[in-house]
Amino acid sequence: MNLARLELRALRKCYAGHPVLAGLSLQIAPGECYALLGPNGAGKSTTIRAIQGLTPLDGGEILLDGRPVGEWPGGGRGVMGIVPQSDNLDPDFTVSENLRVYGRYYGLSPKVVQQRMAELLTFVALQEAAHRPIQALSGGMKRRLTIARALIHQPRLLLLDEPSTGLDPQARHLVWQRLRDLRRQGVTLLLTTHYLDEAERLADRVGIIDHGRLLAEDTPADLIRTHIPGEVLEVRRQDGMPPDSEGWHRGRVAASERAGDTLLLYGPDLSAVRAYFSGNSSLRLLSRQATLEDVFLRLTGRELREEENP
Amino acid sequence: MTAHTRWWPGRGALALLSRNFLVWRKLLIPSLLGNFGDPLLYLLALGYGLGHFVGKMENLPYMTFIASGITASSVMNTATFEGLYSAYTRLSIQQTYAAILATPMEIADILGGELLWCAVKGLISAMAIIIVSSGFGAISWRWLFLAIPVIFLVGLSFSAIALCFTAIARSYDFFMYYFTLGVTPMFLFCGVFYPIHTLPLPVREIALALPLTHAVLLLRPLLTGRLPQDAWIHLLVLGGFALAGYTLSLRLFRRRLLV
Repeated sequence: MNLARLELRALRKCYAGHPVLAGLSLQIAPGECYALLGPNGAGKSTTIRAIQGLTPLDGGEILLDGRPVGEWPGGGRGVMGIVPQSDNLDPDFTVSENLRVYGRYYGLSPKVVQQRMAELLTFVALQEAAHRPIQALSGGMKRRLTIARALIHQPRLLLLDEPSTGLDPQARHLVWQRLRDLRRQGVTLLLTTHYLDEAERLADRVGIIDHGRLLAEDTPADLIRTHIPGEVLEVRRQDGMPPDSEGWHRGRVAASERAGDTLLLYGPDLSAVRAYFSGNSSLRLLSRQATLEDVFLRLTGRELREEENP
Repeated sequence: MTAHTRWWPGRGALALLSRNFLVWRKLLIPSLLGNFGDPLLYLLALGYGLGHFVGKMENLPYMTFIASGITASSVMNTATFEGLYSAYTRLSIQQTYAAILATPMEIADILGGELLWCAVKGLISAMAIIIVSSGFGAISWRWLFLAIPVIFLVGLSFSAIALCFTAIARSYDFFMYYFTLGVTPMFLFCGVFYPIHTLPLPVREIALALPLTHAVLLLRPLLTGRLPQDAWIHLLVLGGFALAGYTLSLRLFRRRLLV
């Protein structure tokens, strides 16, 4: 299969004077799984919409296999599959009818659709549900059907906007497994998420964006290595007051951060610090490995974000 | 770099048409019941009830007079309802259009498909009335082959207008404006129940600017065995509404969907 390459060049988009994309550039290699990570309102969904041609940009260019999407027939959507954030399956139809009708939007012949449908229902483990109405499906089944629907025309590039939001752990794992299968088959994947573990488990590379700008981009492991010096110690006071308010830790750790009632300490060797705090019985300590979450929070800040409009 | 720039619907319109047809097929019985039941009630109530006192209107038995009028107004109602409520459901509640826009289909294809579907539904409702009225001997089938394309055009005109309102609607309630200020006045003043020349001049002139008047002026003769006068004017008006409505609705849908 001819692998898809996606390139975003300096995308800019303002809503009512407020920049949502502020010169976002990304290159997604053929066959790569790239996770776009960012808090609510960072510009993730706008990026996905822009690639589909649904958001007229104020500037920048989107290239698929080196050619601007605007020059592709149908905006290049014939080779892209899209899994939107909120399920928009057709509630008037059953599972198999959804796939059949969707295949027609791509201009596929009923014979091709019929054959693809059997494969796809097996792929997403919905063979048993083929004749069920959409209303009878669980959230996880709906998401799997949405993924199957996005694959009906064998796209080379799959865009997923928060593919596992709202799913229970079992359902998430099944979705992840399927996405890894697709990556092995050579489908280029671009997914947005604000689940750090999702990015860590799926992506070859992660781009952290905020305010429509790329803050950092690397493999998950290298992102952690670059931005988090060593291990992490979380210090929390039982009574909810800020721990170590006198600031003893300063100068003794490589970096520190306060998040509400928790003090996060970073450093290559925190054993001395840990020993000091463990003498204080009003403190709860948690030593752990640094994760992408630490990188994410360090780069995008800890303030709470309002839900973005769907 | 822009997308969805095509002004004319392509093959994708047929994909949406067939989608809507499949949904309709699932609800065939209640849908047809409405198509056949409503006109039957109108014909019985007005044709017999009022017709008893009216006798003849424009040299036609009153039943015959209103059967053709109700055919026209039913196309208006059906196409309008489909273009407002059903299309809005697909646009907003069910997000059907959002799902379709992930495929190579363009907004022009969606609108083209909706227009065709609304016109088909208008034609179905018209045929139901024609069949029921024929049972009362109130319809002539002589020029039916000419009436059918005219009915289809009437459906296109009203659905194109309706889709403009759908494109700017934020809830179903919004449609009451169009019904109360547009559809109901047309139903009452455009010659469905009496000829418009009985209206005072200014009202008649307003009525002549409305599409239902031209639909009635074409369909009443065609469905009662005569050929309409000045047919080209009426066709031009209806075609103009269809074209202007389509163009405006496409602009409005682009504004709404491409953000």
